[in-house]
Amino acid sequence: MIQTSFNIETIRKDFPILNREVNGCPLVYLDNAATSQTPQQVIDVIVDYYQGYNANIHRGVHSLSQEATDAYEAARGKIQKHFNIAKPYEVILTSGTTHSINLVANGFSSFIKEGDEILVSAMEHHSNIVPWQMLCEHTGGVLKVIPMNQNGELIMDEYHGLLSEKTKLVFCNHVSNALGTINPIEEIIEAAHKVGAAVLIDGAQAAAHIKPDVQALDVDFYTVSAHKMCGPTGVGMLYGKEEWLKKLPPYQGGGEMIEEVTFEKTTYADLPHKFEAGTPNICGGIAFGAALDYMNSIGFDAITQYEDELINYATEQLLAIEGLRIYGTAAHKTSVISFNIEEIHPYDIGTILDKLGIAVRTGHHCAQPIMDFYQIPGTVRASFSFYNTKEEVDVLVEGVKRARNMLL
Amino acid sequence: MTITEIQEEIVDEFSMFDDWMQRYEYMIELGKSLPLIEEQYKTEDNIIKGCQSKVWVHAELDNDKLVFTADSDAIITKGIIAILIRAFSNQKPQDIIDANTNFIDEIGLKEHLSPTRANGLVSMVKQLKLYAIAYQTQLN
Repeated sequence: MIQTSFNIETIRKDFPILNREVNGCPLVYLDNAATSQTPQQVIDVIVDYYQGYNANIHRGVHSLSQEATDAYEAARGKIQKHFNIAKPYEVILTSGTTHSINLVANGFSSFIKEGDEILVSAMEHHSNIVPWQMLCEHTGGVLKVIPMNQNGELIMDEYHGLLSEKTKLVFCNHVSNALGTINPIEEIIEAAHKVGAAVLIDGAQAAAHIKPDVQALDVDFYTVSAHKMCGPTGVGMLYGKEEWLKKLPPYQGGGEMIEEVTFEKTTYADLPHKFEAGTPNICGGIAFGAALDYMNSIGFDAITQYEDELINYATEQLLAIEGLRIYGTAAHKTSVISFNIEEIHPYDIGTILDKLGIAVRTGHHCAQPIMDFYQIPGTVRASFSFYNTKEEVDVLVEGVKRARNMLL
Repeated sequence: MTITEIQEEIVDEFSMFDDWMQRYEYMIELGKSLPLIEEQYKTEDNIIKGCQSKVWVHAELDNDKLVFTADSDAIITKGIIAILIRAFSNQKPQDIIDANTNFIDEIGLKEHLSPTRANGLVSMVKQLKLYAIAYQTQLN
């Protein structure tokens, strides 16, 4: 048993899905980096919304609409507080990280001129590479890559060498989804600001494990998805400094984002509504707030401490398996173990593990450049959350051994 | 043998296994033992990209029958390919067009032919049928 400040058995009872069986075996859910599970407290909020006060927000004269608006804006307040954001209107509610990144990329396409440079890290998710490639195609901007070493750590000397007055934007994930590396974003942000470049940090993979303080980081943009941190899918947050959000043009046209419309001219609404066109994911936003309440009730210090012990134990046990290699051995990492065994295809291992009720991700994890770097087709990725146990790690290790014996 | 007869034979063989472990061990053996495709046909043109495992398919006409060879980089996928090839290769194009793949369900491997499995097999079955349609048109 790992010593914790919370009772793991009580925590697990909050997640009804953890009681189910898969292929006749108790579910061992180790695909938390793809999506986390939802506690009853958040499910209740979703049910309450549809049973009690489902209505469109910001425009109704009636009471239900007012209740829904209050709950939605209260959720924005919770998000603001959680990430220590200075002003509530610097919180843009989006459909998730991909939407947030596209919103910023689209906005920057009006600033970037031919020859301007955008830096992205070598360990990005596809959703972090494609929007910048599209931006560069439109504008004549140049995309440059911050390289990484064999451990899966960014080579910071090279990063400093790439920065110049041509650099307009630096883009990096806080934690790599494929390798689990925690990137040195404080150093990245500070150095970028010295050459006048803005920084967008993708916190999708970090936010379930680390509580970032965006003001202390002095980051220009930070984005997360609710479904990776005990919330529902289809909702997320983009934080932007007020001065940047004012500068960026609106991303989509529609309801909510306008102040006045005539056929001659439209005046845009103030922040945050300028970026929130159309009816938003109201229930999702409210549930996102509830998910933050839930995680904060456990406490991020306790979560980090517990998960670190869990991942250290899992690393040690997995490395004892003959021929197993872990990809991503950074000094600072969290929650993710990516591995292969000799020449066995990760899909084959994942298939056998599924038969044993163990859910892992296999493949390139939408990060093909990382797989190309290691010259592998993909990896098996086990990703952990605070509701996983040491006993589940043991089930995983036995499952991997069994798969190895069958496949080699 | 007709496609239906071969499929029945495969279902019979699999009915001898008691649990999934034995079925998978058999498939892994099939996957390991069969050289399925000549290296010269493992080209970009013949590749079917699933999200996870690569699948190659090559087809050529031998008189009025269509002969398939195929391969994959994942061994379980390769085992299922071996079963599909056994059922569909060396048959008349029209019979391939008319055949179904329900026997995969009956032998307990349904999940591998689910459209949500990103293993290339669904696209492979589609590709076998497309080859059959193309060669049938040629024969007509």
